[in-house]
Amino acid sequence: MPTKIEKDAVSGTLTTGHEWDGIKELNTPLPKWWLYVFYATIAFAAVWVVLYPALPIQGATGLTGWTARGAIEQEMAEHAERLEPRLAAIRDAAPQEILADPELRNFALAGGRVAFANNCAACHGAGGQGAQGGFPSLADDDWLWGGKLADIRQTIAHGIRNAEDEAARTTMMPRFLADGLLSAAQVNEVAEHVLSLSGRATDAAAARRGAAVFAENCSSCHGNDGRGSRELGAPDLADQIWLYGGDKAAVVQSVSYARAGVMPAWGGRLDPAVVNMLTVYVHSLGGGEPE
Amino acid sequence: MSRIDPGGVAHVAGGEAGSLYAAGQKVYPKAVHGPVRRAKWAILAACLALYYLVPWLRWDRGAGMPDQAVLVDIANARIFLLWIEIWPQEIYFLTGLLVLAAIGLFAVTSLFGRVWCGFACPQTVWTDLFLWVERRIEGDRNARMRLDAAPTTRGKALRKLAKHAAWLVIAAATGGAWIMYFQDAPTVTRDILTGGASLETYVFFGLFAGTTYTLAGWAREQVCTYMCPWPRFQAAMLDENSLVVSYRGWRGEPRGKAKAAGVGDCVDCRACLHACPTGIDIRDGQQLECIGCGLCIDACDEVMRRLSRPAGLVAFETLANLAASEAATAGIAPGPARQVRGMKARQPVRFSRPRTWLYAGVLGAVAAVMLGAFLLRPTATLAVLRDRAPIFVRLSDGGIRNAYTLKLENRTRPDAALALVLDAPEGFRLVVQDSAADAEARPLLALRQDGITQWRALVTAPAGAGLPESTPVRFRLLDAAGHTVLAERSVFLAPK
Repeated sequence: MPTKIEKDAVSGTLTTGHEWDGIKELNTPLPKWWLYVFYATIAFAAVWVVLYPALPIQGATGLTGWTARGAIEQEMAEHAERLEPRLAAIRDAAPQEILADPELRNFALAGGRVAFANNCAACHGAGGQGAQGGFPSLADDDWLWGGKLADIRQTIAHGIRNAEDEAARTTMMPRFLADGLLSAAQVNEVAEHVLSLSGRATDAAAARRGAAVFAENCSSCHGNDGRGSRELGAPDLADQIWLYGGDKAAVVQSVSYARAGVMPAWGGRLDPAVVNMLTVYVHSLGGGEPE
Repeated sequence: MSRIDPGGVAHVAGGEAGSLYAAGQKVYPKAVHGPVRRAKWAILAACLALYYLVPWLRWDRGAGMPDQAVLVDIANARIFLLWIEIWPQEIYFLTGLLVLAAIGLFAVTSLFGRVWCGFACPQTVWTDLFLWVERRIEGDRNARMRLDAAPTTRGKALRKLAKHAAWLVIAAATGGAWIMYFQDAPTVTRDILTGGASLETYVFFGLFAGTTYTLAGWAREQVCTYMCPWPRFQAAMLDENSLVVSYRGWRGEPRGKAKAAGVGDCVDCRACLHACPTGIDIRDGQQLECIGCGLCIDACDEVMRRLSRPAGLVAFETLANLAASEAATAGIAPGPARQVRGMKARQPVRFSRPRTWLYAGVLGAVAAVMLGAFLLRPTATLAVLRDRAPIFVRLSDGGIRNAYTLKLENRTRPDAALALVLDAPEGFRLVVQDSAADAEARPLLALRQDGITQWRALVTAPAGAGLPESTPVRFRLLDAAGHTVLAERSVFLAPK
């Protein structure tokens, strides 16, 4: 409520003429420059609105044409330009050469980690641990097609059983029951034999009979002792690692209807440098084998 | 203390009635001579010398390391302070220094009043320097006032031009010196002068040069009065036993001509007012605008000396003593007798007070903690990060493998290689990828001088070991003599 401006008895200062329930405000004026600074901020804001996108209207970009998206794109382009010399070196180098050069190796491992998370982790897991149902672990010491750098690179670049790439690794396991190659009893016997390779047979007599079936039908790919073949991508049946489960039902299923995991080819989708970085990274996960 | 005026806005409250904004009144401080002024010159010279010269000090740290004694190397994330090197994760040392500075400021303020404001604050120091330049070019108070009031002539314009040019040179040197604390001083000086410095360097150079010019040349006391938060809460550190710049009203009042009868020692010559860099009248008592520089003391003492009166009409004095003197001299007529009685009633300044002991105690405690932390800081650390994806890997022979990332941080200069051993149950095997091996086939991890190296360790437990879900393990690094230098615990996880 406005009252008249008067002199405060205690301080001798004039009041502003404002009063609230008997409380009067003393007028201790701000310096004028303070007010001018405030006006300057308003002027600054006006200029800002004209130059930069400040209005919540689609397409109101301001005179400078600056956008947050454009700025990010430019930063990304600059970043890519900075990375290019190293990427070029990695593109031209064999994976062994990358490992031999500490600087390239560090770069490839860091880049491979990111590329793996973007492209591979969906099936093989964040740390390459794989998943049940045909997605092999890349961190263990068991490889279907080989764990040397060249093997890994070939698999990444061309994929597995990939019809679109002639260089893809391809083999087919017969569907022994479905195609009438073996009777149900024979399938049961050969499954018992396979379990016996890792000491887990439930019916010793069936397993013995199955040995003959195995030698006749399976050993050409999986070997006489069931240790598999990397040339053919035939898994080791005598170890502790089972891509599709190691219990009897899963083994019977595999023999009866076969398994044929598919992996896409990344050679055409990814920069060759990224394929090389992925090769080095996957090799480093723990299962990589020396050349 | 009846003379103590609660308000202190006399020089801005003079605006016309009703206006909420007051035009600034330019302050023309007059030059003074005396012990306080000499102390201020000495502190000013010391502070400026420290500020401008420290970046040029060299310190040999060996090849590949900066040789600047004091350097905040943001690009390489290090602070170099003579032989001390601070890593980013040790930034709490900087925090601790700031805490010490704050408590130190509180302690000094409670003892001696606003000596920081009056003597050592950069705003005061650079304003003093700029004022000195102004006096050299435009003359003292009266000459400057005349010059500003005079119509613009060629001579006036030249003087003003010379003054601002000199100010800008000082401001540029100030901004440049600031940059030198963050980049190699000789290099950045050459780069700035030859136009070869980065845009960021020029932006910060311009920012600090610009603020120096604006704040010390133009804003001056406005910074202390309106911008600085410190005057607003420093009253919390002051009490009646703190030394503050005070006018001994019991001796000076009533004011009057030197030869008049029945008046106090203050002859109302306004020398104190003219000397004041913030344009206040110290005789109005304690006020927010007073920065405690004490120049009014020198100004008044000079007048008293000319009048053959005792010095100290304005002095560093406690409010308690002011009150005591006032009480002792009540009813005594002005004159030498009152002066003697008043001074006799004073008590020695009580520096030992609960408040000062508290500040000293906190200061000592924080300093002790900082010193302890500094002396015990490790020169190298080992961090073990267990891989979480996957938690473990089952191998084809049924064995279980865990992977660990080892980070070795080495804050010392010399290169070294340490052998890694694993304390774990029988049969566990340790492999470190891409590492060399020592004579006993243990992995040998190279420490990088003043840097971090990272290793990936694979630990394999044999098949059929019957492991619990979690087995404690310990990584130890041994020096050439076989002594454990660093150790870090972790766990080995196995399936249920």
